[in-house]
Amino acid sequence: MLRMLRDCVLLLLLAGAAGCATTNGDSRDPAEGFNRAMYAFNDGFDEAIGKPVATAYRNVLPSPVRSAVRNFFANIADLWIGANNLLQGKPADTVTDWARFAFNTTIGLFGLIDVASEIGLEKHDEDFGQTFGRWGAADGAYLVWPLLGSSSVRDSVGLIFDISLDPVLQHEPVRVRNAMSILRATGKRADLLDASRILEEAALDRYVFQRDAYLQRRRSQVYDGNPPRAERQVPRAETSDPEPAQSSAPGATRADPAAMEAAVRLLEQPASAAASSGG
Amino acid sequence: MFPRFVRLATAAATAALVLAGGARAQEKELAPDLLVKTVTLDVVDLIQKDKDIQKGDRKKLITLIEAKVLPHFNFQAMTSSAVGRNWDKATAEQKARLTDEFRTLLVRTYSSALAAYSNQKFDFRPLRAKPADTDVTVNVRIVQSGDQPVTIDYDMEKRPGGWKVWDVRVGGISLVANYRTEFDNQIRESGVEGLIKTLNAKNNSQVQPAVAGVPKK
Repeated sequence: MLRMLRDCVLLLLLAGAAGCATTNGDSRDPAEGFNRAMYAFNDGFDEAIGKPVATAYRNVLPSPVRSAVRNFFANIADLWIGANNLLQGKPADTVTDWARFAFNTTIGLFGLIDVASEIGLEKHDEDFGQTFGRWGAADGAYLVWPLLGSSSVRDSVGLIFDISLDPVLQHEPVRVRNAMSILRATGKRADLLDASRILEEAALDRYVFQRDAYLQRRRSQVYDGNPPRAERQVPRAETSDPEPAQSSAPGATRADPAAMEAAVRLLEQPASAAASSGG
Repeated sequence: MFPRFVRLATAAATAALVLAGGARAQEKELAPDLLVKTVTLDVVDLIQKDKDIQKGDRKKLITLIEAKVLPHFNFQAMTSSAVGRNWDKATAEQKARLTDEFRTLLVRTYSSALAAYSNQKFDFRPLRAKPADTDVTVNVRIVQSGDQPVTIDYDMEKRPGGWKVWDVRVGGISLVANYRTEFDNQIRESGVEGLIKTLNAKNNSQVQPAVAGVPKK
């Protein structure tokens, strides 16, 4: 079913992206034209609203208050993080996640204080996109959504589950839900102020830098921080590499369950990808 | 076209780095995990004691990084790996300039990241490697309340001058790999010389914000 869903989304996407020129022909990013437009929109929104609001939030609220906000939403998230760990076959992590929720909701005053971390119950970060990745689904095409930002075909499907099961977004009444969602988003953006500034300083092309960082990050997350170590790229070996396309795709490692998916993906690509791996 | 003195300066700087590495190695060759721990704690301690750096003196911070951190990085390996299959297209002189510009960019980014540091706890993970290994990964984690720890992985190789870092992965994102596509695109568009120019312009244009977290606009 998942595969079918993925293929549907992919078809939809290729149809939508058909009109857009793919500037660099990166095989992981067939919808680059569309994505860059979305990226520009998000960037404009962030400059106009996201960043100023987050900066004000950080300047006005003292650090302990911001921590309480962060902890409160992190605590709610632990419920589905635990469920995802169960789906990924890591029941021990699930026990940790749900124990965190139990401790933080009670002793931690409705999650405002992260007492669980203090007693050594470490926080995890899981979502449905990672669960599907664990089950062997490859990223699929890279995608940028308005306001939601970087994603992929796989992670977009995951996001549908994440959002429709999110206790905050499903909360009634709508007014409380909206206020909570905005507070959560503001806090998250505020936490990323330093990171986004570093990104600006580090990148030559912020779109490319962020896309590659996203794909690397997701791959690492699927493997809980221990992905199969990529082959070290020594320049001399590099020149004799008959498949240049592979060197730019960190997702494609040989003994990888995702390798099959990657191969299928390559076949699904238009001629541009095939041309670049042939040359 | 390129001023000769810059090339000379690059050569001198490279020689100085090699010498510094050599001198260090003779002092004592630390195991890679111990080396990372010592340098990290040393730098964090110096930053916290330094009032100028605390006030946002980026130049001083960069000087500190150059003295304490740089000798343990193999920038030539980082640059060649980031440039990837195009590396052999560059002349020896271009390679030196590329390495130089990339080093400047990385040091700035690194100083930016360090400036954002505020008392988080470090968790130095035990090294999982055999004593005979010459290529290892040292894992460090930054622990923070209400969030998953941030992992920092140092890929290190045993060199004649001691252990040298050839890639850093923050939260699973490899610095070297992340530049690969950008460098590739740039070289395809305007050649190796074009990439050097872009890096140089980037390094020269950057106005460092005085205080961490204050937006430029």
